[in-house]
Amino acid sequence: MSALIPQFVVNIFNAMLAYFYTLPDWFQYLTITTWKILFVTIGVILIVAFSTYFERKVIGRMQSRVGPNRVGPFGLGQPFADVIKLVIKEVVVPSQSSRFLFVIAPLLSLIPALATWAVIPLNDWYVIADINAGLLYVLALTSVGVYGVILAGWATNSKYALLGAMRSAAQIVAYEIAMGFALVGVLMAGGSLNLGDLVLAQAGGVSQWFLIPLFPLFVVYWISGVAETNRAPFDVAEGESEIVAGFHVEYSGVAFALFFLAEYANMVLISTLTAIFFLGGWASPFEGLSFLAPLADVPVIGLLVTGGLHWLFAKMCIFMYTFFWFRATFPRYRYDQIMRLGWKIFIPVTIIWIAVEGAMAWFQIGPWSGLSA
Amino acid sequence: MLHTVLFYSFALVMLGAAAGVVFSRNPVHSVMFLVLTFFQSAVLWLMAEAEFLAIVLVLVYVGAVMVLFLFVVMMLEVNIEAAKRGLTRFAPLGIGIALLMAYELMQLIWLRSEGVGITGGFAATAEGYSNTKALGAVLYTEHVYAFEIAAVILLLAIVAAITLTMRKRPGIKVQDINKQVAVRAKDRVRIVKMDAEKKQ
Repeated sequence: MSALIPQFVVNIFNAMLAYFYTLPDWFQYLTITTWKILFVTIGVILIVAFSTYFERKVIGRMQSRVGPNRVGPFGLGQPFADVIKLVIKEVVVPSQSSRFLFVIAPLLSLIPALATWAVIPLNDWYVIADINAGLLYVLALTSVGVYGVILAGWATNSKYALLGAMRSAAQIVAYEIAMGFALVGVLMAGGSLNLGDLVLAQAGGVSQWFLIPLFPLFVVYWISGVAETNRAPFDVAEGESEIVAGFHVEYSGVAFALFFLAEYANMVLISTLTAIFFLGGWASPFEGLSFLAPLADVPVIGLLVTGGLHWLFAKMCIFMYTFFWFRATFPRYRYDQIMRLGWKIFIPVTIIWIAVEGAMAWFQIGPWSGLSA
Repeated sequence: MLHTVLFYSFALVMLGAAAGVVFSRNPVHSVMFLVLTFFQSAVLWLMAEAEFLAIVLVLVYVGAVMVLFLFVVMMLEVNIEAAKRGLTRFAPLGIGIALLMAYELMQLIWLRSEGVGITGGFAATAEGYSNTKALGAVLYTEHVYAFEIAAVILLLAIVAAITLTMRKRPGIKVQDINKQVAVRAKDRVRIVKMDAEKKQ
Protein backbone atom coordinates (compact mmCIF):
# COMPACT_ATOMS: atom_id res chain seq x y z
CA MET A 1 0.00 0.00 0.00
CA SER A 2 2.70 2.47 1.01
CA ALA A 3 4.58 1.79 -2.24
CA LEU A 4 1.68 3.13 -4.23
CA ILE A 5 1.73 6.55 -2.56
CA PRO A 6 4.76 8.82 -3.27
CA GLN A 7 6.93 9.54 -0.24
CA PHE A 8 6.35 13.32 -0.29
CA VAL A 9 2.58 12.84 -0.06
CA VAL A 10 3.07 10.68 3.03
CA ASN A 11 5.40 13.32 4.49
CA ILE A 12 2.91 16.13 3.89
CA PHE A 13 0.11 14.05 5.37
CA ASN A 14 2.16 13.24 8.47
CA ALA A 15 3.15 16.88 8.90
CA MET A 16 -0.50 17.94 8.65
CA LEU A 17 -1.49 15.28 11.16
CA ALA A 18 1.24 16.42 13.58
CA TYR A 19 0.08 20.02 13.23
CA PHE A 20 -3.53 18.96 13.77
CA TYR A 21 -2.63 17.39 17.14
CA THR A 22 -1.10 20.66 18.32
CA LEU A 23 -4.40 22.50 17.84
CA PRO A 24 -6.74 23.09 20.83
CA ASP A 25 -8.81 20.12 21.98
CA TRP A 26 -12.16 21.67 21.22
CA PHE A 27 -11.03 22.47 17.68
CA GLN A 28 -9.90 18.88 17.09
CA TYR A 29 -13.16 17.58 18.47
CA LEU A 30 -15.20 19.98 16.34
CA THR A 31 -13.30 19.08 13.16
CA ILE A 32 -13.57 15.35 13.68
CA THR A 33 -17.26 15.52 14.53
CA THR A 34 -17.98 17.72 11.53
CA TRP A 35 -16.30 15.19 9.24
CA LYS A 36 -18.22 12.37 10.88
CA ILE A 37 -21.51 14.21 10.33
CA LEU A 38 -20.55 14.98 6.74
CA PHE A 39 -19.76 11.34 5.95
CA VAL A 40 -23.02 10.08 7.45
CA THR A 41 -25.12 12.75 5.72
CA ILE A 42 -23.56 12.19 2.32
CA GLY A 43 -23.90 8.44 2.79
CA VAL A 44 -27.59 8.75 3.64
CA ILE A 45 -28.24 11.06 0.69
CA LEU A 46 -26.47 8.69 -1.71
CA ILE A 47 -28.45 5.75 -0.34
CA VAL A 48 -31.63 7.79 -0.81
CA ALA A 49 -30.67 8.64 -4.40
CA PHE A 50 -30.04 5.05 -5.35
CA SER A 51 -33.02 3.69 -3.45
CA THR A 52 -35.31 5.77 -5.68
CA TYR A 53 -33.68 4.01 -8.63
CA PHE A 54 -33.86 0.65 -6.89
CA GLU A 55 -37.53 1.18 -6.06
CA ARG A 56 -38.47 1.86 -9.65
CA LYS A 57 -36.47 -1.13 -10.84
CA VAL A 58 -37.97 -3.48 -8.23
CA ILE A 59 -41.55 -2.35 -8.79
CA GLY A 60 -40.94 -2.43 -12.54
CA ARG A 61 -39.82 -6.04 -12.37
CA MET A 62 -42.77 -6.98 -10.16
CA GLN A 63 -45.10 -5.50 -12.76
CA SER A 64 -43.24 -7.08 -15.72
CA ARG A 65 -41.66 -3.83 -16.85
CA VAL A 66 -37.97 -2.92 -17.11
CA GLY A 67 -37.93 0.27 -15.06
CA PRO A 68 -35.56 3.17 -15.79
CA ASN A 69 -32.82 2.15 -18.25
CA ARG A 70 -32.08 5.24 -20.36
CA VAL A 71 -29.67 7.41 -18.35
CA GLY A 72 -26.23 5.84 -18.06
CA PRO A 73 -25.50 2.11 -17.83
CA PHE A 74 -28.60 0.20 -16.58
CA GLY A 75 -30.23 3.59 -15.98
CA LEU A 76 -27.97 4.21 -12.97
CA GLY A 77 -27.79 7.92 -13.79
CA GLN A 78 -31.56 8.27 -13.35
CA PRO A 79 -31.48 9.64 -9.77
CA PHE A 80 -29.05 12.38 -10.79
CA ALA A 81 -31.14 13.27 -13.83
CA ASP A 82 -34.17 13.55 -11.55
CA VAL A 83 -32.33 15.77 -9.07
CA ILE A 84 -31.09 18.10 -11.82
CA LYS A 85 -34.59 18.32 -13.25
CA LEU A 86 -36.09 19.21 -9.85
CA VAL A 87 -33.37 21.72 -8.98
CA ILE A 88 -33.71 23.76 -12.16
CA LYS A 89 -37.49 23.92 -11.87
CA GLU A 90 -39.19 26.96 -10.41
CA VAL A 91 -40.47 26.84 -6.82
CA VAL A 92 -44.03 28.09 -7.07
CA VAL A 93 -45.40 29.62 -3.87
CA PRO A 94 -49.20 29.93 -3.87
CA SER A 95 -50.24 33.57 -3.44
CA GLN A 96 -52.66 32.87 -0.56
CA SER A 97 -50.19 30.71 1.33
CA SER A 98 -48.31 31.48 4.52
CA ARG A 99 -45.01 32.06 2.76
CA PHE A 100 -42.49 31.53 5.54
CA LEU A 101 -44.05 28.34 6.86
CA PHE A 102 -44.56 27.09 3.31
CA VAL A 103 -40.84 27.34 2.64
CA ILE A 104 -39.67 26.06 6.02
CA ALA A 105 -41.96 23.00 6.14
CA PRO A 106 -39.84 20.73 3.88
CA LEU A 107 -36.79 21.57 5.99
CA LEU A 108 -38.67 20.67 9.18
CA SER A 109 -39.44 17.25 7.80
CA LEU A 110 -35.90 16.62 6.55
CA ILE A 111 -33.88 17.80 9.56
CA PRO A 112 -35.20 15.27 12.12
CA ALA A 113 -34.70 12.45 9.59
CA LEU A 114 -31.02 13.35 9.30
CA ALA A 115 -30.45 14.42 12.93
CA THR A 116 -31.48 11.02 14.26
CA TRP A 117 -28.34 9.52 12.69
CA ALA A 118 -26.33 11.20 15.45
CA VAL A 119 -26.94 8.33 17.86
CA ILE A 120 -26.94 5.41 15.44
CA PRO A 121 -23.89 3.16 15.76
CA LEU A 122 -22.64 2.25 12.28
CA ASN A 123 -20.05 -0.18 13.66
CA ASP A 124 -18.32 -0.72 16.98
CA TRP A 125 -16.70 2.72 17.01
CA TYR A 126 -18.39 4.96 14.44
CA VAL A 127 -21.14 6.83 16.25
CA ILE A 128 -21.35 10.62 16.20
CA ALA A 129 -22.78 11.04 19.71
CA ASP A 130 -22.65 8.04 22.01
CA ILE A 131 -25.28 9.22 24.49
CA ASN A 132 -26.94 7.18 27.21
CA ALA A 133 -30.51 8.09 26.34
CA GLY A 134 -30.04 7.31 22.62
CA LEU A 135 -33.29 5.41 22.27
CA LEU A 136 -35.29 8.26 23.78
CA TYR A 137 -33.52 10.67 21.44
CA VAL A 138 -34.59 8.56 18.47
CA LEU A 139 -38.21 8.52 19.69
CA ALA A 140 -38.20 12.27 20.33
CA LEU A 141 -36.82 13.18 16.92
CA THR A 142 -39.03 10.83 14.94
CA SER A 143 -42.01 12.40 16.68
CA VAL A 144 -40.87 15.89 15.66
CA GLY A 145 -40.85 14.94 11.97
CA VAL A 146 -44.63 15.26 11.75
CA TYR A 147 -44.45 19.08 11.92
CA GLY A 148 -43.15 19.34 8.37
CA VAL A 149 -46.19 17.53 7.02
CA ILE A 150 -48.75 19.41 9.15
CA LEU A 151 -47.26 22.83 8.42
CA ALA A 152 -47.00 22.09 4.71
CA GLY A 153 -50.65 21.16 4.70
CA TRP A 154 -51.74 24.26 6.56
CA ALA A 155 -49.41 26.79 4.93
CA THR A 156 -50.45 25.76 1.41
CA ASN A 157 -53.98 27.03 2.08
CA SER A 158 -55.56 24.28 0.04
CA LYS A 159 -58.25 21.84 1.16
CA TYR A 160 -56.48 18.83 -0.32
CA ALA A 161 -53.26 19.68 1.45
CA LEU A 162 -55.00 20.31 4.78
CA LEU A 163 -56.85 17.00 4.54
CA GLY A 164 -53.59 15.20 3.83
CA ALA A 165 -51.90 16.90 6.76
CA MET A 166 -54.73 16.02 9.14
CA ARG A 167 -54.70 12.38 8.10
CA SER A 168 -50.96 12.22 8.45
CA ALA A 169 -50.95 13.85 11.90
CA ALA A 170 -53.61 11.53 13.30
CA GLN A 171 -51.87 8.51 11.81
CA ILE A 172 -48.42 9.39 13.10
CA VAL A 173 -49.67 10.18 16.61
CA ALA A 174 -51.51 6.83 16.68
CA TYR A 175 -48.60 4.69 15.49
CA GLU A 176 -45.99 6.50 17.55
CA ILE A 177 -47.50 5.05 20.71
CA ALA A 178 -47.29 1.48 19.41
CA MET A 179 -43.73 2.15 18.26
CA GLY A 180 -42.76 3.52 21.67
CA PHE A 181 -44.24 0.51 23.45
CA ALA A 182 -42.44 -1.87 21.11
CA LEU A 183 -39.19 -0.13 21.99
CA VAL A 184 -39.99 -0.50 25.70
CA GLY A 185 -39.77 -4.23 25.10
CA VAL A 186 -36.43 -3.82 23.34
CA LEU A 187 -34.91 -1.79 26.13
CA MET A 188 -36.19 -4.29 28.70
CA ALA A 189 -34.43 -7.06 26.81
CA GLY A 190 -31.25 -5.07 26.22
CA GLY A 191 -31.14 -3.42 29.62
CA SER A 192 -29.98 -0.10 28.17
CA LEU A 193 -31.14 3.00 26.31
CA ASN A 194 -27.84 3.27 24.46
CA LEU A 195 -28.10 1.96 20.89
CA GLY A 196 -24.51 0.66 20.94
CA ASP A 197 -25.24 -1.34 24.09
CA LEU A 198 -28.40 -2.72 22.49
CA VAL A 199 -26.31 -4.03 19.58
CA LEU A 200 -23.76 -5.52 21.96
CA ALA A 201 -26.58 -7.22 23.88
CA GLN A 202 -27.47 -9.05 20.64
CA ALA A 203 -23.90 -10.15 19.89
CA GLY A 204 -23.24 -13.83 19.30
CA GLY A 205 -25.11 -14.75 16.16
CA VAL A 206 -28.69 -15.07 14.97
CA SER A 207 -29.86 -16.96 18.07
CA GLN A 208 -29.17 -13.91 20.23
CA TRP A 209 -31.11 -11.42 18.11
CA PHE A 210 -34.15 -9.81 19.71
CA LEU A 211 -36.09 -10.82 16.62
CA ILE A 212 -36.75 -14.25 18.13
CA PRO A 213 -37.93 -13.52 21.69
CA LEU A 214 -39.58 -10.24 20.70
CA PHE A 215 -41.16 -11.36 17.43
CA PRO A 216 -44.59 -9.72 18.05
CA LEU A 217 -42.88 -6.44 18.95
CA PHE A 218 -40.75 -6.69 15.81
CA VAL A 219 -43.86 -7.05 13.65
CA VAL A 220 -45.57 -4.15 15.41
CA TYR A 221 -42.48 -1.94 15.16
CA TRP A 222 -41.89 -2.64 11.51
CA ILE A 223 -45.51 -2.08 10.43
CA SER A 224 -45.72 1.07 12.59
CA GLY A 225 -42.50 2.21 10.96
CA VAL A 226 -44.06 1.83 7.53
CA ALA A 227 -47.07 3.81 8.78
CA GLU A 228 -44.82 6.52 10.28
CA THR A 229 -43.09 7.11 6.98
CA ASN A 230 -46.45 7.48 5.18
CA ARG A 231 -45.53 4.74 2.75
CA ALA A 232 -47.87 2.37 0.94
CA PRO A 233 -50.13 0.76 2.12
CA PHE A 234 -50.45 3.54 4.72
CA ASP A 235 -50.00 6.46 2.31
CA VAL A 236 -53.38 8.08 2.90
CA ALA A 237 -51.58 11.39 3.53
CA GLU A 238 -50.80 11.49 -0.16
CA GLY A 239 -53.66 9.36 -1.40
CA GLU A 240 -53.48 10.20 -5.11
CA SER A 241 -56.89 8.74 -5.85
CA GLU A 242 -58.66 10.89 -3.25
CA ILE A 243 -56.73 14.07 -2.48
CA VAL A 244 -54.40 14.51 -5.49
CA ALA A 245 -51.06 14.52 -3.64
CA GLY A 246 -52.06 15.42 -0.10
CA PHE A 247 -49.81 17.72 1.87
CA HIS A 248 -47.34 18.41 -0.96
CA VAL A 249 -49.91 19.13 -3.64
CA GLU A 250 -48.65 22.69 -4.27
CA TYR A 251 -44.94 21.97 -3.88
CA SER A 252 -42.62 22.06 -6.86
CA GLY A 253 -38.94 22.13 -7.68
CA VAL A 254 -36.45 21.97 -4.83
CA ALA A 255 -39.13 22.23 -2.13
CA PHE A 256 -40.75 19.07 -3.46
CA ALA A 257 -37.35 17.41 -3.78
CA LEU A 258 -36.77 18.05 -0.07
CA PHE A 259 -40.04 16.32 0.86
CA PHE A 260 -39.05 13.44 -1.36
CA LEU A 261 -35.62 13.29 0.25
CA ALA A 262 -37.18 13.42 3.73
CA GLU A 263 -39.55 10.55 2.94
CA TYR A 264 -36.76 8.31 1.68
CA ALA A 265 -34.36 9.37 4.44
CA ASN A 266 -37.06 8.34 6.92
CA MET A 267 -37.40 4.99 5.19
CA VAL A 268 -33.64 4.41 5.40
CA LEU A 269 -33.75 5.47 9.04
CA ILE A 270 -36.62 3.17 10.00
CA SER A 271 -34.93 0.27 8.14
CA THR A 272 -31.66 0.89 9.98
CA LEU A 273 -33.39 1.25 13.35
CA THR A 274 -35.32 -1.98 12.86
CA ALA A 275 -32.04 -3.69 11.99
CA ILE A 276 -30.42 -2.29 15.13
CA PHE A 277 -33.27 -3.09 17.51
CA PHE A 278 -34.20 -6.55 16.27
CA LEU A 279 -31.54 -7.86 13.89
CA GLY A 280 -28.36 -7.14 15.82
CA GLY A 281 -27.32 -3.97 13.98
CA TRP A 282 -23.75 -4.21 12.74
CA ALA A 283 -23.15 -7.59 14.41
CA SER A 284 -22.52 -10.53 12.11
CA PRO A 285 -25.13 -13.31 12.08
CA PHE A 286 -22.34 -15.95 12.06
CA GLU A 287 -20.61 -14.68 15.19
CA GLY A 288 -21.40 -17.50 17.57
CA LEU A 289 -20.14 -20.30 15.30
CA SER A 290 -16.73 -21.43 16.55
CA PHE A 291 -15.78 -23.38 13.39
CA LEU A 292 -15.99 -20.14 11.39
CA ALA A 293 -13.77 -18.19 13.77
CA PRO A 294 -10.45 -18.97 11.95
CA LEU A 295 -11.90 -17.37 8.81
CA ALA A 296 -11.93 -13.93 10.43
CA ASP A 297 -8.48 -13.05 9.08
CA VAL A 298 -9.12 -14.19 5.49
CA PRO A 299 -9.48 -11.04 3.32
CA VAL A 300 -12.98 -11.05 1.80
CA ILE A 301 -14.62 -14.03 3.48
CA GLY A 302 -13.53 -12.69 6.87
CA LEU A 303 -16.02 -9.87 6.48
CA LEU A 304 -18.81 -12.43 6.74
CA VAL A 305 -17.70 -13.47 10.19
CA THR A 306 -16.72 -10.11 11.65
CA GLY A 307 -19.31 -7.47 12.32
CA GLY A 308 -19.23 -4.03 10.75
CA LEU A 309 -20.93 -1.43 8.61
CA HIS A 310 -21.45 -3.92 5.76
CA TRP A 311 -23.78 -6.04 7.90
CA LEU A 312 -25.81 -3.02 8.98
CA PHE A 313 -26.03 -1.99 5.32
CA ALA A 314 -27.13 -5.46 4.22
CA LYS A 315 -29.82 -5.63 6.89
CA MET A 316 -31.01 -2.15 5.98
CA CYS A 317 -31.26 -3.19 2.32
CA ILE A 318 -33.52 -6.09 3.24
CA PHE A 319 -35.98 -3.73 4.90
CA MET A 320 -35.74 -1.17 2.10
CA TYR A 321 -36.63 -3.95 -0.31
CA THR A 322 -39.68 -4.87 1.77
CA PHE A 323 -40.81 -1.23 1.61
CA PHE A 324 -40.85 -1.48 -2.19
CA TRP A 325 -42.36 -4.94 -2.09
CA PHE A 326 -45.25 -3.66 0.08
CA ARG A 327 -45.83 -0.85 -2.36
CA ALA A 328 -46.12 -3.20 -5.30
CA THR A 329 -48.27 -5.70 -3.39
CA PHE A 330 -50.86 -4.10 -1.13
CA PRO A 331 -53.75 -1.79 -1.95
CA ARG A 332 -54.07 1.32 0.21
CA TYR A 333 -55.64 0.88 3.64
CA ARG A 334 -58.95 2.52 4.33
CA TYR A 335 -58.56 5.35 6.85
CA ASP A 336 -60.78 3.93 9.61
CA GLN A 337 -58.97 0.61 9.31
CA ILE A 338 -55.61 2.32 9.78
CA MET A 339 -56.87 3.86 13.00
CA ARG A 340 -58.30 0.55 14.16
CA LEU A 341 -55.06 -1.28 13.45
CA GLY A 342 -53.02 1.29 15.36
CA TRP A 343 -55.17 1.79 18.42
CA LYS A 344 -57.10 -1.44 18.84
CA ILE A 345 -54.60 -4.06 17.68
CA PHE A 346 -51.01 -2.88 17.92
CA ILE A 347 -51.19 -1.13 21.29
CA PRO A 348 -52.85 -4.10 23.05
CA VAL A 349 -50.38 -6.51 21.40
CA THR A 350 -47.39 -4.52 22.62
CA ILE A 351 -48.78 -4.10 26.14
CA ILE A 352 -49.48 -7.82 26.42
CA TRP A 353 -46.03 -8.73 25.13
CA ILE A 354 -44.35 -6.35 27.56
CA ALA A 355 -46.24 -8.07 30.37
CA VAL A 356 -45.20 -11.49 29.03
CA GLU A 357 -41.60 -10.32 28.81
CA GLY A 358 -41.75 -8.98 32.36
CA ALA A 359 -43.09 -12.31 33.63
CA MET A 360 -40.40 -14.23 31.74
CA ALA A 361 -37.68 -12.00 33.13
CA TRP A 362 -39.12 -12.44 36.62
CA PHE A 363 -39.10 -16.24 36.34
CA GLN A 364 -35.66 -16.18 34.69
CA ILE A 365 -36.85 -17.71 31.43
CA GLY A 366 -35.37 -16.78 28.08
CA PRO A 367 -32.35 -14.86 26.83
CA TRP A 368 -32.73 -11.94 29.25
CA SER A 369 -32.64 -14.18 32.30
CA GLY A 370 -29.11 -12.93 32.97
CA LEU A 371 -30.34 -9.38 33.46
CA SER A 372 -31.83 -8.99 36.88
CA ALA A 373 -32.55 -5.59 38.39
CA MET B 1 -16.60 30.39 28.03
CA LEU B 2 -18.12 28.50 25.10
CA HIS B 3 -20.70 27.14 27.52
CA THR B 4 -21.72 30.63 28.63
CA VAL B 5 -21.99 31.96 25.08
CA LEU B 6 -24.13 28.99 24.06
CA PHE B 7 -26.31 29.34 27.14
CA TYR B 8 -27.05 32.99 26.53
CA SER B 9 -27.69 32.55 22.81
CA PHE B 10 -30.13 29.70 23.41
CA ALA B 11 -31.77 31.63 26.24
CA LEU B 12 -32.16 34.70 23.99
CA VAL B 13 -33.81 32.66 21.24
CA MET B 14 -36.08 31.14 23.87
CA LEU B 15 -37.15 34.53 25.22
CA GLY B 16 -37.71 35.82 21.69
CA ALA B 17 -39.85 32.79 20.88
CA ALA B 18 -41.81 33.20 24.11
CA ALA B 19 -42.52 36.81 23.17
CA GLY B 20 -43.52 35.60 19.71
CA VAL B 21 -46.15 33.31 21.26
CA VAL B 22 -47.87 36.33 22.77
CA PHE B 23 -47.38 38.90 20.05
CA SER B 24 -47.84 37.05 16.77
CA ARG B 25 -51.23 37.67 15.19
CA ASN B 26 -51.71 34.28 13.68
CA PRO B 27 -52.57 31.52 16.18
CA VAL B 28 -50.71 28.88 14.14
CA HIS B 29 -47.57 31.04 14.25
CA SER B 30 -48.07 31.34 18.02
CA VAL B 31 -48.16 27.57 18.36
CA MET B 32 -44.99 27.24 16.30
CA PHE B 33 -43.28 29.81 18.52
CA LEU B 34 -44.36 27.79 21.54
CA VAL B 35 -42.79 24.70 19.95
CA LEU B 36 -39.56 26.65 19.48
CA THR B 37 -39.72 27.77 23.12
CA PHE B 38 -40.05 24.16 24.30
CA PHE B 39 -37.18 23.15 22.07
CA GLN B 40 -34.92 25.86 23.44
CA SER B 41 -35.74 25.01 27.05
CA ALA B 42 -34.96 21.37 26.23
CA VAL B 43 -31.58 22.50 24.93
CA LEU B 44 -30.97 24.48 28.12
CA TRP B 45 -31.80 21.42 30.22
CA LEU B 46 -29.45 19.41 28.06
CA MET B 47 -26.72 21.91 28.87
CA ALA B 48 -27.49 21.41 32.55
CA GLU B 49 -26.89 17.67 31.95
CA ALA B 50 -30.54 16.82 32.57
CA GLU B 51 -30.66 14.77 29.39
CA PHE B 52 -33.61 12.62 30.35
CA LEU B 53 -35.85 15.58 31.17
CA ALA B 54 -34.74 17.43 28.04
CA ILE B 55 -35.51 14.55 25.71
CA VAL B 56 -38.79 13.78 27.43
CA LEU B 57 -39.80 17.43 27.07
CA VAL B 58 -39.26 17.17 23.32
CA LEU B 59 -40.91 13.75 23.13
CA VAL B 60 -44.03 14.62 25.11
CA TYR B 61 -44.62 18.32 24.57
CA VAL B 62 -43.16 18.94 21.13
CA GLY B 63 -43.89 15.52 19.68
CA ALA B 64 -47.36 14.87 21.02
CA VAL B 65 -49.07 17.68 22.95
CA MET B 66 -48.21 20.48 20.54
CA VAL B 67 -49.14 18.39 17.51
CA LEU B 68 -52.64 18.00 18.92
CA PHE B 69 -52.66 21.69 19.83
CA LEU B 70 -51.75 22.60 16.28
CA PHE B 71 -54.46 20.26 15.09
CA VAL B 72 -57.09 22.07 17.17
CA VAL B 73 -55.86 25.57 16.32
CA MET B 74 -55.90 24.84 12.59
CA MET B 75 -59.47 23.60 12.83
CA LEU B 76 -60.76 26.55 14.87
CA GLU B 77 -62.02 29.71 13.29
CA VAL B 78 -60.21 32.30 15.38
CA ASN B 79 -61.53 35.83 15.35
CA ILE B 80 -58.35 37.91 15.41
CA GLU B 81 -60.17 41.20 16.10
CA ALA B 82 -61.79 39.81 19.23
CA ALA B 83 -58.49 38.30 20.35
CA LYS B 84 -56.76 41.66 19.98
CA ARG B 85 -59.37 43.42 22.12
CA GLY B 86 -58.82 40.71 24.72
CA LEU B 87 -55.10 41.47 24.88
CA THR B 88 -55.58 44.91 26.44
CA ARG B 89 -58.44 43.76 28.63
CA PHE B 90 -56.57 40.82 30.15
CA ALA B 91 -53.15 42.47 30.18
CA PRO B 92 -53.29 43.62 33.84
CA LEU B 93 -54.27 40.12 34.99
CA GLY B 94 -51.54 38.55 32.86
CA ILE B 95 -48.89 40.92 34.14
CA GLY B 96 -50.03 40.27 37.70
CA ILE B 97 -49.70 36.50 37.30
CA ALA B 98 -46.32 36.91 35.58
CA LEU B 99 -45.01 39.06 38.45
CA LEU B 100 -46.31 36.57 41.01
CA MET B 101 -44.55 33.70 39.22
CA ALA B 102 -41.34 35.68 38.92
CA TYR B 103 -41.51 36.41 42.65
CA GLU B 104 -42.07 32.73 43.46
CA LEU B 105 -39.18 31.68 41.24
CA MET B 106 -36.85 34.17 42.84
CA GLN B 107 -37.92 33.03 46.29
CA LEU B 108 -37.29 29.43 45.33
CA ILE B 109 -33.87 30.13 43.86
CA TRP B 110 -32.94 32.26 46.86
CA LEU B 111 -34.12 29.56 49.29
CA ARG B 112 -32.30 26.78 47.47
CA SER B 113 -29.15 28.79 47.01
CA GLU B 114 -28.55 29.31 50.70
CA GLY B 115 -25.18 27.84 51.37
CA VAL B 116 -24.70 26.82 47.74
CA GLY B 117 -22.63 28.83 45.30
CA ILE B 118 -24.85 29.47 42.30
CA THR B 119 -22.06 30.64 40.05
CA GLY B 120 -20.05 27.50 40.76
CA GLY B 121 -21.83 25.49 38.08
CA PHE B 122 -22.75 21.85 38.43
CA ALA B 123 -20.63 19.23 40.05
CA ALA B 124 -19.24 17.04 37.30
CA THR B 125 -20.98 13.68 37.22
CA ALA B 126 -19.01 10.49 37.35
CA GLU B 127 -18.13 8.60 34.18
CA GLY B 128 -20.93 6.26 33.15
CA TYR B 129 -23.51 8.08 35.27
CA SER B 130 -26.92 7.95 33.63
CA ASN B 131 -29.56 10.26 35.04
CA THR B 132 -32.24 8.20 33.31
CA LYS B 133 -31.29 5.28 35.56
CA ALA B 134 -30.98 7.53 38.61
CA LEU B 135 -34.41 9.02 38.00
CA GLY B 136 -35.95 5.59 37.50
CA ALA B 137 -34.39 4.30 40.68
CA VAL B 138 -35.93 7.13 42.71
CA LEU B 139 -39.27 7.21 40.90
CA TYR B 140 -40.09 3.53 41.43
CA THR B 141 -38.91 3.25 45.01
CA GLU B 142 -39.07 6.42 47.06
CA HIS B 143 -41.82 8.23 45.14
CA VAL B 144 -43.78 5.22 44.00
CA TYR B 145 -47.03 6.37 45.66
CA ALA B 146 -46.98 9.80 44.09
CA PHE B 147 -46.13 8.15 40.77
CA GLU B 148 -49.01 5.69 41.01
CA ILE B 149 -51.44 8.43 42.07
CA ALA B 150 -50.43 10.53 39.09
CA ALA B 151 -51.00 7.52 36.85
CA VAL B 152 -54.48 6.95 38.28
CA ILE B 153 -55.37 10.63 37.84
CA LEU B 154 -54.28 10.48 34.21
CA LEU B 155 -56.32 7.32 33.65
CA LEU B 156 -59.31 9.06 35.20
CA ALA B 157 -58.82 12.00 32.85
CA ILE B 158 -58.75 9.68 29.83
CA VAL B 159 -61.93 7.92 30.91
CA ALA B 160 -63.64 11.24 31.63
CA ALA B 161 -62.63 12.73 28.27
CA ILE B 162 -63.90 9.70 26.39
CA THR B 163 -67.15 9.66 28.34
CA LEU B 164 -67.73 13.36 27.63
CA THR B 165 -67.27 12.99 23.89
CA MET B 166 -69.04 9.67 23.42
CA ARG B 167 -72.49 10.03 21.95
CA LYS B 168 -74.75 7.12 21.28
CA ARG B 169 -77.18 7.75 18.48
CA PRO B 170 -79.70 5.02 17.80
CA GLY B 171 -80.27 3.84 14.28
CA ILE B 172 -76.90 4.91 12.94
CA LYS B 173 -75.22 2.69 10.37
CA VAL B 174 -71.86 1.40 11.54
CA GLN B 175 -69.49 -0.88 9.69
CA ASP B 176 -68.25 -3.89 11.59
CA ILE B 177 -64.61 -3.88 10.52
CA ASN B 178 -63.96 -7.33 11.98
CA LYS B 179 -66.59 -8.72 9.66
CA GLN B 180 -65.15 -6.81 6.72
CA VAL B 181 -61.64 -8.05 7.39
CA ALA B 182 -62.76 -11.63 7.88
CA VAL B 183 -64.50 -11.70 4.51
CA ARG B 184 -63.14 -14.16 1.95
CA ALA B 185 -63.45 -14.16 -1.80
CA LYS B 186 -65.89 -17.06 -1.84
CA ASP B 187 -68.37 -15.07 0.31
CA ARG B 188 -68.64 -12.39 -2.30
CA VAL B 189 -67.87 -13.97 -5.64
CA ARG B 190 -69.41 -17.10 -7.03
CA ILE B 191 -67.45 -18.74 -9.80
CA VAL B 192 -69.72 -20.53 -12.22
CA LYS B 193 -68.40 -23.31 -14.40
CA MET B 194 -70.02 -23.40 -17.78
CA ASP B 195 -69.33 -24.78 -21.19
CA ALA B 196 -68.03 -22.52 -23.90
CA GLU B 197 -70.83 -21.06 -25.97
CA LYS B 198 -71.29 -22.07 -29.58
CA LYS B 199 -70.22 -19.66 -32.28
CA GLN B 200 -73.17 -17.69 -33.54
